[in-house]
Amino acid sequence: MTGLEYQAPASVDDAVGLLARFQGDARVLAGGTDLLVQLRSGRLKPGLVVDVKHIPEMREIKDAGDHFWVGGAVSCAELGEHEVIGAAWPGVVEASELIGSTQIQGRATPTGNLCNASPAADSVPAMIAAGARCVIAGPDGRRELPVEQVQKGPGKNALAKGELVVGFKIPKPAAHSGDAYLRLIPRTEMDIAVVGVGVALTVDAGGTVTAARVALGAVAPTALLVGDAAKAIIGSKLDDAALEKLDAAARAACKPIDDKRGTVAYRTKIAGVLARRAAKIAYDRARGR
Amino acid sequence: MSEGNGQAKNGGGLHWVGTRSIRPDGVDKVTGRANFGADFFMPGMLTGRVLRSPHPHARIRSIDASKALALPGVKAVVTCDDMPDIPAEEAFVGEGPMNFRDLSRNCLARGKALYDGHAVAAVAATTAAIAEQALGLIEVDYEVLPHVIDVEAAMRPDAPVLHDDVFTQGVDPAPTRPSNVAKRVQTGHGDLDAGFAAADVVVERHFTTKPVHQGYIEPHACVASVSEDGQTTIWGSSQGHFMIRAYVAKLLAMDISEIRVIPAEIGGGFGGKTLVYLEPVAVLLSRKSGRPVKMVMSREEVFRATGPTSGTAIRVKIGAKKDGTITAAEAECKYQAGGFPGSQVHAAAMTGFACYSLANVRIIGWDVCVNRPRCAAYRAPGAPMAAFAIESTVDEVAEKIGIDPIDLRLKNAAKSNSQSSYGPQFREIGYIETLKAAKEHPHYKAPLGPNQGRGIASGFWFNIGGESSAAINVNEDGTAVVATGSPDIGGSRASMALMAAEVLGIDQARIRPIVADTASIGYTFLTGGSRVTFATGMAVVESAKQVVQQLRERAAKIWDIDVDAVEWKDGEARPAGSNAGRFEPLSLKDLAAMAGKTGGPIIGRSALNAQGAGPGFGTHICDVEIDRETGKVTIVRYTAVQDVGKAIHPSYVEGQIQGGVAQGIGWALNEEYIYGDDGRLQNPGFLDYRMPVASDLPMIDAVMVEVPNPAHPYGARGVGEVPIVPPMAAVANAIYRAGGVRMPDLPMSPPRLLAALDGD
Repeated sequence: MTGLEYQAPASVDDAVGLLARFQGDARVLAGGTDLLVQLRSGRLKPGLVVDVKHIPEMREIKDAGDHFWVGGAVSCAELGEHEVIGAAWPGVVEASELIGSTQIQGRATPTGNLCNASPAADSVPAMIAAGARCVIAGPDGRRELPVEQVQKGPGKNALAKGELVVGFKIPKPAAHSGDAYLRLIPRTEMDIAVVGVGVALTVDAGGTVTAARVALGAVAPTALLVGDAAKAIIGSKLDDAALEKLDAAARAACKPIDDKRGTVAYRTKIAGVLARRAAKIAYDRARGR
Repeated sequence: MSEGNGQAKNGGGLHWVGTRSIRPDGVDKVTGRANFGADFFMPGMLTGRVLRSPHPHARIRSIDASKALALPGVKAVVTCDDMPDIPAEEAFVGEGPMNFRDLSRNCLARGKALYDGHAVAAVAATTAAIAEQALGLIEVDYEVLPHVIDVEAAMRPDAPVLHDDVFTQGVDPAPTRPSNVAKRVQTGHGDLDAGFAAADVVVERHFTTKPVHQGYIEPHACVASVSEDGQTTIWGSSQGHFMIRAYVAKLLAMDISEIRVIPAEIGGGFGGKTLVYLEPVAVLLSRKSGRPVKMVMSREEVFRATGPTSGTAIRVKIGAKKDGTITAAEAECKYQAGGFPGSQVHAAAMTGFACYSLANVRIIGWDVCVNRPRCAAYRAPGAPMAAFAIESTVDEVAEKIGIDPIDLRLKNAAKSNSQSSYGPQFREIGYIETLKAAKEHPHYKAPLGPNQGRGIASGFWFNIGGESSAAINVNEDGTAVVATGSPDIGGSRASMALMAAEVLGIDQARIRPIVADTASIGYTFLTGGSRVTFATGMAVVESAKQVVQQLRERAAKIWDIDVDAVEWKDGEARPAGSNAGRFEPLSLKDLAAMAGKTGGPIIGRSALNAQGAGPGFGTHICDVEIDRETGKVTIVRYTAVQDVGKAIHPSYVEGQIQGGVAQGIGWALNEEYIYGDDGRLQNPGFLDYRMPVASDLPMIDAVMVEVPNPAHPYGARGVGEVPIVPPMAAVANAIYRAGGVRMPDLPMSPPRLLAALDGD
């Protein structure tokens, strides 16, 4: 950790300038709950750390008309305390509040969770299911990417040198919508998802699913948006046959690995189980139950 | 909850023993003021770091530290060449066998690295960053050798052999070829063949368990300072500062008088801090650099190089008649020792069937070297794995016969004066009392929900006594200090204060119990074997009695009457017999104030080797709920019944029981070492080494049964180890009742249980 420079700019432009000009590895510090661990373990040896918590735009949660804005330095706990977001996207909030402990959630951010690019990141499948988009700032200005396109592989993201995620645009849910996120861990908390599933769906007055998004975590190099899983339940009233199809589609999408946290067979089976269970919760929420 | 601050709330003629006082070390611990091993600093102190083998098995051809030594800020590098090459010397210390030559080579590898994480060299530098950098500059030339991780693989004739001087002990004829099998042990009596022939039901099963770590929160840490004249002081946390003194002296060929060890507060040990890892190395680094040296392990180092307890493969065979009488019982236990011989398989052989009174019984044990860290004691070392296998089999026998599992145990239970399965005759024991209390507990009859099941298992541990010293110094104002040589790992200071208060007849809050360093109190064996409240407690009681005797003498002197005419009651000297009522009583406070005029300071001291530690038994009831789609197990309810002799401080006895159960549940459900094909540990951290977190556990109901141990003044038995013995089988038996599958392999993690439920 010799020669580590720390900067805390007050604007996105200044942050981008620092990141773009720095010769060598520069890292963005939001909550730091991944970064500091990586620094201490020696896995990362960046020359520059840019703390984005002093950038007002990145600290905000606000209603921006057609969407909600969640700044890139908003912590999971702050998101959890926001009643409007919690009512609109309970699954997103629940996923964010599964990360680490209460203490960790006070610093950890969904943006960091995404950019750290762990396939098992809890908030990511929920954000994908919600249809959230990232606003990315860089030397060439701003661009947007759907959340499912930000992760490129374990530890790899789509950001170019000088770029950072300014925040999320989360759409306002359509009427009669609901979402949910479930994960499997061998313990009850303080653990990393063996499988995570986010489901968001909308129903009509009769209870038929009219739209759905299903995302899987920890079963592939990145979180996956699974179109076939959504198709399995669209048009159904989430009866047993539809749930069975959803289960099969989720399993079919899995491309997991065997590792210390789970086997291919186990992860695949659990992806189907959790997809069914998350869909039922989302459905009940959409129906106002 | 405190009930005992100032006011007695206890019956049975006891005033303080059995109350729930606030622990004297509690405030500093909850405020963060307490000093643990890593909290000690000295001016000019260097940071020591250890270079560890990345290979599970490798010959060390050479170590070149010249580049590291050339780095500015590096003050010393040590390897095994700086340590005396001491001869093999076996001893039974603490709770297991120990060979000091092996211990030396575990601190710094000599000739071969025997596991991933084995210490190879160490460096002391002015900063941690320089020390880390220096480690990277030490060039070790390794010849990587084939390795073996699994116990049964290590026993095969073609297995890579760790030590060319290990020949299996305990077999006849003695082998001519070295092997990984260090020892064969056997216990038992009777005629097995006849016993099995008489059985109506015979169940034979195979089990495996994984090595698990003690999981103490505080990593190993110490500071060593060697003066120019060789006088050596070590500050650090351990389960025995006299143990550190003895082992450092042995390993570095020093006189014991040259070494003083000052104990820090300890952040958990569970048996894992009954060895030295860093201390001899820190002394060498300090000696070489001329500066104090601090060494603190990272969590990764703790996992790769300390503990754990053995992983095992166990076969059990039990035969019983239809009426439930067990006619024969045998087991064969293969225990991983780690890189050096010395697993606790002998304790497994002794404890396995100790809950039962059996005519025909045998356990054979094998101590087997594998390329893993050297095993260390872990709470009832050796017993829980055998108990898992045996208590699971007992449950199946009960099911096959169609008898309640508690009734089956009652039918065969060890009782006072019966012959133990391992030889000696039991004295007063309370196993049956735990079974009856479990059976009568509301938990045992409570209804179960869907996918829930209830399991029963019992457990045994010897408990030990041993050498302890204590001193009580009466202060001028009538308060007192109780000093012992026993590190306090479970609230023992509170118990010492209560026992001293009981004898002295003063408020326990007026007594300050401390853990004195090796130069300030007589030799005291380490804190282990659940011995402290029993053995050190006896030394404290004896010291307090001496104080009372002196107080009576002082009063007799003041009153000018015979000492036999003075009685000590409720904290004051009273004239007795024909002198009754002739003088105003003299309190301890009065007598302390006059001590200077009546003969000088009042001090009681005792040093003893306590005999007659009462064995402990426990019976546990566990309810689980299983998720049939994910294989996940939730512990719904847990009741642990234990014979504790006499609970000196009930809260800390309950805490011991709850802690043991929590660790046992972790062992049962998720804890395991995961090694890759390369022999490297893949989960050296609490994220992927899954100990239970608080939310994984229900409130554990600790039920204390009190069958007094006649050898202790208040009837205390050791309580800390028994509670980790039954949980794995209790959980497994509950899972069987909930899901219909027997789980013979630990941990019973979600993937394993789902595979079993799905018949994969």
